[in-house]
Amino acid sequence: MIAFAELLERLVLTPGRLAKIALLRRYFATEPDPDRGFALAALTGELAFQAAKPMLIRGLAEARTDPTLFAWSYDYVGDLADTVALMWPAKPTNQPAPGMTEVIQTLIATPKTDLPDIVAGWLDASDASGRYALLKLITGSLRVGASARLAKVALAELAGGRIAPDEIEEIWHGLTPPYLPLFEWLEGTAERPDPAGAPVFRPLMLAQPLEPPDFAALDPAAFRAEWKWDGIRAQLVAMPGGRRVYSRGAEDISNSFPELIEAMDFHAVLDGEILVLRDGVVAPFADLQQRLGRKVVGGKMLRDYPVHVRLYDMLFDGAEDLRALTFDERRVRLEAWFARTQPARMDLSAMIPFQTIAELSEIRDGTRAASIEGLMLKRANSPYVPGRPKGQWWKWKRDPLSIDAVMMYAQRGHGKRSSFYSDYTFGLWREDGELVPVGKAYSGFTDAELVQLDRWVRNHTTNRYGPVREVERGMVMEIAFDAAQRSNRHKSGVALRFPRVARLRWDKPAAEADKLETLMNTIENLSH
Amino acid sequence: MKHFDTPHPEAWLRVLPDGLFCEPGGFYVDPVRPVDRAVITHAHADHARPGHAHVLASAETLAIMRVRMGVDRAGTVQQEQPYGQVLTIGEVRVWLQPAGHVLGAAQVAMEWRGSRAVVSGDYKRAPDPTCAPFEPIPCDVFVTEATFALPVFRHPPPEAEIAKLLASVALFPERTHVVGAYALGKCQRVIALLRRAGWDRPIYLHGAQMPLCAEYERLGVPLGDLRPATVANKADLAGAIVIAPPGAIADRWARRLAEPVVCLASGWMRVRQRARSRGVELPLVISDHADWDELNATVDEVGAPEIWVTHGREEALIHEVAKRGVRGRALRLLGYGDEEEDLPAQGEAA
Ligand SMILES: [Zn+2]
Ligand SMILES: [Zn+2]
Repeated sequence: MIAFAELLERLVLTPGRLAKIALLRRYFATEPDPDRGFALAALTGELAFQAAKPMLIRGLAEARTDPTLFAWSYDYVGDLADTVALMWPAKPTNQPAPGMTEVIQTLIATPKTDLPDIVAGWLDASDASGRYALLKLITGSLRVGASARLAKVALAELAGGRIAPDEIEEIWHGLTPPYLPLFEWLEGTAERPDPAGAPVFRPLMLAQPLEPPDFAALDPAAFRAEWKWDGIRAQLVAMPGGRRVYSRGAEDISNSFPELIEAMDFHAVLDGEILVLRDGVVAPFADLQQRLGRKVVGGKMLRDYPVHVRLYDMLFDGAEDLRALTFDERRVRLEAWFARTQPARMDLSAMIPFQTIAELSEIRDGTRAASIEGLMLKRANSPYVPGRPKGQWWKWKRDPLSIDAVMMYAQRGHGKRSSFYSDYTFGLWREDGELVPVGKAYSGFTDAELVQLDRWVRNHTTNRYGPVREVERGMVMEIAFDAAQRSNRHKSGVALRFPRVARLRWDKPAAEADKLETLMNTIENLSH
Repeated sequence: MKHFDTPHPEAWLRVLPDGLFCEPGGFYVDPVRPVDRAVITHAHADHARPGHAHVLASAETLAIMRVRMGVDRAGTVQQEQPYGQVLTIGEVRVWLQPAGHVLGAAQVAMEWRGSRAVVSGDYKRAPDPTCAPFEPIPCDVFVTEATFALPVFRHPPPEAEIAKLLASVALFPERTHVVGAYALGKCQRVIALLRRAGWDRPIYLHGAQMPLCAEYERLGVPLGDLRPATVANKADLAGAIVIAPPGAIADRWARRLAEPVVCLASGWMRVRQRARSRGVELPLVISDHADWDELNATVDEVGAPEIWVTHGREEALIHEVAKRGVRGRALRLLGYGDEEEDLPAQGEAA
């Protein structure tokens, strides 16, 4: 656990991608099996034990610490696991610090009720950084800014350039912790593990943003156009060995979409967009958000937020790999497969006919439906290549919209912002002079602006509700967003997509901020 | 045996706007504004202010004050006082004892009519190769700092922190490790610790660190091969360790170095969030102040039935010692803690 704790400490604070990879590579190169494999599983979120609740940590702290000092310390540090890790009054023990493998295997095998005593013993035997790693591991909150992808890049480096990260990606979901065959392959002592019929993930092909200097040079005849839908890009994998829905980041999100899994009674790998669809109409992204991150989806959820997949591409037809074919050839195969299979809960992404780029530009500007983010341009002869190959696929997003809104509430942020008021609820004026909240923004400002905003919030607080402060109506923020949609679930009757702070309008009096009605009119215009 | 009419220190040590005043001696300890007669614990700017008429301090403290503020401003009359040597000022017996904080740092012990108070100034208990170790003095009132008086602050052994730094230099040999360390005390301690860990290559210094390093060497603390870190020798700085003021590690000066790894040597670095909010990639928990355990152990060791807390997290320390029957009093002295480690990370929550 000591080496893993040290790795975590550094990953948490290291901003550079290359530096993170170097730290991970050193860890994988120097730690023994099966410790390094379990660490890999921990970092990539592949560990199969049920996470303990924060209550467990709180209980441990209460049993060992002075409540007044604990309260002051927690208030100072801001994070429960961190506070306990730092202030834990260790009882002297002869036990060595627990090893990674011991910890993981115990967590998998131990009933919840026995955990507190075991964990207390581990905490006694560890130093502060070991305790931090343990508590984060136990509560399943190991977000350390090291994506699963970085871990795979570091693993590929272990193989000294013989193996590409994407080759690891393609077998990843056929492997289980502690990944002994994977390490043997990387170190050249065994063949590549064969995923056989396992439902593994294949890295997605992604698009580059299209900027004005690029589109002038595009040859319209060489490209195909489709709508860019505002849902979740996903890969559907149905193989003899199982069915999976993956996010574009290779995360297994099957649990969130049981009805899709049920509909995948075929053998294919498909690329598409998950959307909530009612009577053929795409619902706001906020509706789809209701379906995300759930371990179990209840019947009401399934009825109220029915999901659907709009298919963009086909990677495998049965066992046949289509990725080397051109986009046009794959599209023919996709259409034929679709006609033959008639899968439930799926349809084909429509191809948009056009003659010139100028015509396409008009089409893009003309469509303001909130469920459409813009256009996708795909080179007709592009093979399906992982990553963002230059000049193959382009995304052509619509220009953002903006409003001048008034800050109403501020809340402390998470992670590195936990000491700042960094999450802002903003509102617009209603006809009757009431300010109505329309959304929340967490980003778009610089670090220096964050410090200013934080100070402003502290000096203009009118009320406190737990972590939330209500503020004077005095701070106008220009909020940019990608789309707006009517919504009955919001008090204002409107839901914004991707709201973020575009500018702080220190200059603007709150009374001159925008009216809710103006935003509503914009929505009317957009939907026509 | 104490006489029945031994006065309580409250009767002769007063908190005035200018600082802590010893009435029967007619002097202040670490006054925050110019006064006629001052006893100075150590040369950090919040304790040693310029412009006093008469200054009593250790020879090292006076020497450092002269470097920092100029010969004239360090006191019209400067009286050097060796550790342990008793002197009578007015009706008060006064002596200095090492505080283990920085070179020259002293506790001020005062005795009047059988009543003894000790003003510790800033102090620490961990060994420091650049200064004399803290010596506890039994007393009736112990006047203590409380900079790190929360149980989350437990400073690990500094050698382990230096080992982390050297491991990082080995892992990233093409990058420059820029260590933020306060110019007085921390900088020289980090250098001395690096030397003890076997780092005999040149250590590069930001311009602001040079004068006090030179003064430490003159006062008999060897620091090895020190060189100026300038843009001109950027190539030499790849793989090197550079020490700079904490305020300079994240600014443009540091960014001109080779892919800098930003490090900061401070007790605040114990809390990850503080490191993050300052953009520190490698926190080094090295402090010249007592941590939670050291504060408590020191209170027990001096055996004072009462402590007065000058600055820091006084409520936590007073709460904790009360459990052991020790009375605590917060002096709320203004003007302390605005230098070096006493200063929490910028932008930190109030
Ligand atoms: Zn000091
Ligand atoms: Zn101080």
